[in-house]
Amino acid sequence: MKIFVYLTIGLTVMGLAFWAYHVNYDTQDRQAELRELQREIASLREGLGVLRAEWAYQNRPDRLRELVNLNFMALQLLPMAPEQFGSATQVAYPQPVLELNAPIDVVATGVEEEGAE
Amino acid sequence: MIRTPLRPLARILHARATGANPDEIERENIRLRGEATRDSARVQAATRLVVMALAFGLAFSTVGVRMAMLAAAEPAEPSLNGAETQILAQRADIVDRKGRVLATNLVTHALYAQPPIMVDPVTTAEKLVQIFPDLDRERLIRDFSGGRKFVWLKKKISPEQMQAVHDIGDPGLLFGPREMRLYPNGALAAHVLGGARFGQEGVSSAEIVGVAGIEKQRDQWLADPANQGAPLQLSLDLTLQSAVEEVLAGGMKLMNAKGASAILLEVETGEVLAMASLPDFDPNDRPAPLTKGDQSDSPLFNRAVQGVYELGSTFKIFAAIQAMELGLANPETMIDSASPMRYGKHRIRDFHNYGKQLSLTDVIVKSSNVGTARIVQMIGPERQKDFLETLGFLEPTGLELVEAGAGKPILPQKWSEISAMTIGYGHGLSASPMHLAAAYATIANGGKRVIPTLIHGGPKQGGQQVMSPAAARRALAMMRAVVTRGTASFGEVPGYQVAGKTGTADKAKPTGGYYDDKVIATFAAAFPVTDPKYVLVLSLDEPVETSGGEPRRTAGWTAVPVAAEVIRRVAPLLGLRPEPGPTELEGITLVRN
Repeated sequence: MKIFVYLTIGLTVMGLAFWAYHVNYDTQDRQAELRELQREIASLREGLGVLRAEWAYQNRPDRLRELVNLNFMALQLLPMAPEQFGSATQVAYPQPVLELNAPIDVVATGVEEEGAE
Repeated sequence: MIRTPLRPLARILHARATGANPDEIERENIRLRGEATRDSARVQAATRLVVMALAFGLAFSTVGVRMAMLAAAEPAEPSLNGAETQILAQRADIVDRKGRVLATNLVTHALYAQPPIMVDPVTTAEKLVQIFPDLDRERLIRDFSGGRKFVWLKKKISPEQMQAVHDIGDPGLLFGPREMRLYPNGALAAHVLGGARFGQEGVSSAEIVGVAGIEKQRDQWLADPANQGAPLQLSLDLTLQSAVEEVLAGGMKLMNAKGASAILLEVETGEVLAMASLPDFDPNDRPAPLTKGDQSDSPLFNRAVQGVYELGSTFKIFAAIQAMELGLANPETMIDSASPMRYGKHRIRDFHNYGKQLSLTDVIVKSSNVGTARIVQMIGPERQKDFLETLGFLEPTGLELVEAGAGKPILPQKWSEISAMTIGYGHGLSASPMHLAAAYATIANGGKRVIPTLIHGGPKQGGQQVMSPAAARRALAMMRAVVTRGTASFGEVPGYQVAGKTGTADKAKPTGGYYDDKVIATFAAAFPVTDPKYVLVLSLDEPVETSGGEPRRTAGWTAVPVAAEVIRRVAPLLGLRPEPGPTELEGITLVRN
């Protein structure tokens, strides 16, 4: 019985030691991974900053205006003007879709009777 | 210590008397002494052993503990930066009210040299000059072959240049990482942004400090890491700013002006939507300030904020408002307007003679100096000064630009009756266009004081009621009449019911007196008049309109058409739908004489 208890305690201690080492190395791995990710985030953020600056530079109003003027034939864009505002009443209602498949009765009913009188 | 004698006399005599051997006493004493000596030596040796044992024990335990620590601790290189430290984006971005970037940072490199580890200084210098033509070859060779240990070559270089320097392959050429300030929109809103330069410089980094504009005013905030990369959001709108600058530049060219400025203000919040001053500059490559001559001729000079000018007839509306506010007049009150008016040795003239009498409305509509002087005479200098003070004309505007402090109004030394009369029609008091915009916004805001700001979404302004809403409304009606039938008839933009007042002020000579042929033409406007939301102040420096037979310089011919075009372009961008206005404003009857 005593031997059994000592054995159990010994195995438990070994198990705990294994677990502690495992957690320790796991933590170290995670920390290394974290550092790697942070480095990556920093470099991505740097890239993002460059892209944002590039986006702002490519979209600067002077350049857009020049491009619009160069491509006037294709785009036909003009600066916004008060005349371009319209009212809702100027928008036409959508045309009802005509169903032409159904046969239409061209002769009104009851015409013959009237004509016969 | 008293030593016991080996042969104590008393005991020897006693032994001799009893017949004992006195030598025994001596031997006994020698033995005792020897034992005492041995005991003390043993104690001393024991103590030494203990001390030695302790010392060794300490030394071994130190080594042991250190070994245990090394064994237990994880191996890691010591690093200077904590995990959360960010070296990137040291300085906050500046964005417009819709989040579009106005100023950001870009990673780049600085180039420096360490001549002691250089392999071939002369060839290196020659190759460097090929990459950077602005470097001086002789000077480089002198720097590289002299005793210098460290030479800065370039503060910012592009990636292509960096590659070219890499290709030289000299180990003495080194790069330091840098963050540089970039203004992607170039000269747009240059005067607001100002510019930045490197402050303290090290090999691995350099701080960026603002040199002008909002960059300098908000330098600490922008450099504060506590903001966690939050950008500084300005009230400017990039689209509006661009449109205003484009139209203003065109107008300045057409009207042959040497400078121009425009301010577009949102009435309710006092936020500046666009602010332009021409000529302008590129904040990425800020020109050096003028070393001689007039600073106001430099492109760095912000005419909208820094420049204080006599703003001419745009001031007349304030006299009219105060007269109505004090109950001295209503829009129909007839005012004596016989020109010229004599006051002591001074004579006040009108541009044309407008007859003997004009209604208060017509004094504004026709811009009569004499009529305004008469009104100011009724008001008196003290009350006029107080009123202009409540409108903010006596101190700098407080706009968030370092230059705003320089825009301190120039007041007459003595606020006498004659200076009050001239101030009434805008001469004798110099203020910046921003002052004027704030005052007109106050009128447009129903008399509640508006303080201009460049920061979007700041604390809500609980403006002080400077004038009654009724007086403000009547003033707007007068200003509307200026556009429909007065000096600003070119200012009519169909659908937007512009109300405004022109001002043509003769420029003051630096030597005293006024130029005959140099004016500052200003148009201050609010639109749409039924519910004014925006105020535009546009002024041209020395404009001449030459389409007619003789050159025309009045604001009605120069500043007003440009302002009308600005409103035509800007109003749709602001989302204002053109509305056919009421033919006549409520409570206003037009009076003709």
